[in-house]
Amino acid sequence: MSELHREVSDLESKSATAARLFDIRRIIGGLFAVYGVIVTIAGITASDADLEKAQDININLWTGLAMLALGLFFLAWLKLRPIVPPPAGPAQSTEPTE
Amino acid sequence: MHYLAEGLRLPTNGLDYTILAIYFAVVLGIGFAARASVKTSLDFFLSGRSLPAWVTGLAFVAANLGATEILGMAATGAQYGVAVVHWYWIGAIPAMVFLGLVMMPFYYGSKVRSVPEFLLQRFDRSAHLLSSVLFAFAAILIAGVNLYALSIVVEALLGWPQWVSIVVAGFFVLAYITVGGLSSAIYNEVLQFFVILAALIPLTVLGLKRVGGWDGLTGSLEKSHGGDFLTAWGGTGIGDANPLGANWLTIILGLGFVLSFGYWTTNFAEVQRALSAKNLSAAKRTPLIAAFPKIFIVFLVMIPGLVAAVLVPKIGTAGSDLTYNDAIPLLMQELLPNGVLGIAVTGLLAAFMAGMAANVSSFNTVFTSDIWAKYVKPGRDDAYYLRFGRLITAIGVLASIGTAFIAASFSNIMSYLQTLFSFFNVPMFVVFIIGMFWKRASMKSGVWGLVAGTAAAMVNYFWIYKQGIIDIPSDQGANFVSAIVGFAAGAVVMVVVTLFTAPKPEAELAGLVYGTRSPGLEEPPAEGDDAWYRRPALLGWGAIVIAALCYVPYSF
Repeated sequence: MSELHREVSDLESKSATAARLFDIRRIIGGLFAVYGVIVTIAGITASDADLEKAQDININLWTGLAMLALGLFFLAWLKLRPIVPPPAGPAQSTEPTE
Repeated sequence: MHYLAEGLRLPTNGLDYTILAIYFAVVLGIGFAARASVKTSLDFFLSGRSLPAWVTGLAFVAANLGATEILGMAATGAQYGVAVVHWYWIGAIPAMVFLGLVMMPFYYGSKVRSVPEFLLQRFDRSAHLLSSVLFAFAAILIAGVNLYALSIVVEALLGWPQWVSIVVAGFFVLAYITVGGLSSAIYNEVLQFFVILAALIPLTVLGLKRVGGWDGLTGSLEKSHGGDFLTAWGGTGIGDANPLGANWLTIILGLGFVLSFGYWTTNFAEVQRALSAKNLSAAKRTPLIAAFPKIFIVFLVMIPGLVAAVLVPKIGTAGSDLTYNDAIPLLMQELLPNGVLGIAVTGLLAAFMAGMAANVSSFNTVFTSDIWAKYVKPGRDDAYYLRFGRLITAIGVLASIGTAFIAASFSNIMSYLQTLFSFFNVPMFVVFIIGMFWKRASMKSGVWGLVAGTAAAMVNYFWIYKQGIIDIPSDQGANFVSAIVGFAAGAVVMVVVTLFTAPKPEAELAGLVYGTRSPGLEEPPAEGDDAWYRRPALLGWGAIVIAALCYVPYSF
């Protein structure tokens, strides 16, 4: 038991994830903003056949705008609450990386 | 998943393929970007125990939103009607809340890195080895089924040959997990969660409009399928006939208690997401945050299923060339114009890949840290296990490509695998629950409980049900009964074995059994974790109350 605790705590102190992992909010925000723009444009240029197929709802337009809004929400969240990188502890291993 | 009808080919164009290509590029990008964060085996297998709760929570729900979930639950909706809500509101939420509020302090607090490792701490090496091997075996088989299901869907919808989609999807999963480890898998799951919502919401809205709104939907179904089709509990009295082949008792005990608790609380592909959280509070909140989307996702699969049952009243019967599994692809073809169609195809592919990735990333952890590092090559340095973890990921993906081709040679492997899965999860759950709450349960009782539970569930399924000793109307109903039988047998054997064997010394049980604490684990709460909306008890009970309220409109 205590041996497991020691081993995992030791690995945790060497762990690089918290300090180095990029922020997923940037990825979600970026992808949905791009998708939002693409799909919104498809909605603006929708043909009559497209509209008829989608039960007279301009689904591309609405979905595109919603995705764009979600993307911007994540980007705004990222901007307002950036991750504070944890201070590099003394336990950081010194082996060279990348 | 099998034999999606011919003629479901989607009218995809360059716009849709552009959307799909962007997604694949982002998936790979996440893998390579996550690479910088992997320095130790703990980074690779558990993201260094450093992720925030909303990320692990969404990954927790997304890891479950795989092949069976989206196409399978829409199929269940088309076949059984509103009763599909049982799989969510009683078959998931209580177990998720239990995992977060009751079990997580033991899982996370004991610092175990996997579910089998907990059994090693609580019982002994034989229980550990048996559960590790069973889990690793099942994970590869299920990853293969995901891959195979994906290839069938891609073939039907896009016209790619099966082997092309198996190899392409396998390659992408291999690349991003081998390079970026669990962080990469989890980040992709979070992303996939939103893409799936972007795919299912427009489909649900257009589907409802197509059949004249909710009133139009219920009106048509009442005429064609009868009133019970639109209630959760109609016809589930003991002895009554209903399409589910189950009564309220087997639904509550078999599905709601044993099967669901077994799946959500001891399936490492799920629990691993919570173990990667940054502190105990975030770990407890992981399944609780996941519970809220889970409550409402049912509408996004049930409604397309019901709409399909209106549009094609004979769906799934001999009179139609469409199977229940075709419900969502059918609506995509009928309703979605190019653009949103590309999003929907991307969402489906993402779901299959994430389902497979969850299995592969939990397989490599168990195989490396529970089997290889304990029994084959113990005592090497951490860099060795990190390298080995990458290697075994590649082997795992190749093996699942292999099992995908094996799966392709069976006609109905999907339902079989679900049954097999319940064979392994249920005994694991009984061993866990007794081990966690009964201090006296002896070291040897763990392995015998596993063996007895698995054997009893198999005997019930293959002999009592398949040979018709007792008449159970459907596979699903039989699964519920097998689960109850397996649970009871495992529990009885554990009690009996405990009475005749030595208990584990009390000092070694600290932090593993209810009522004990891990030594030196007084972790100060992180800043902001005391906010009222982050209180686990409030989140957990809130989810239970909402799920119970959701039942009200469908119960009378």
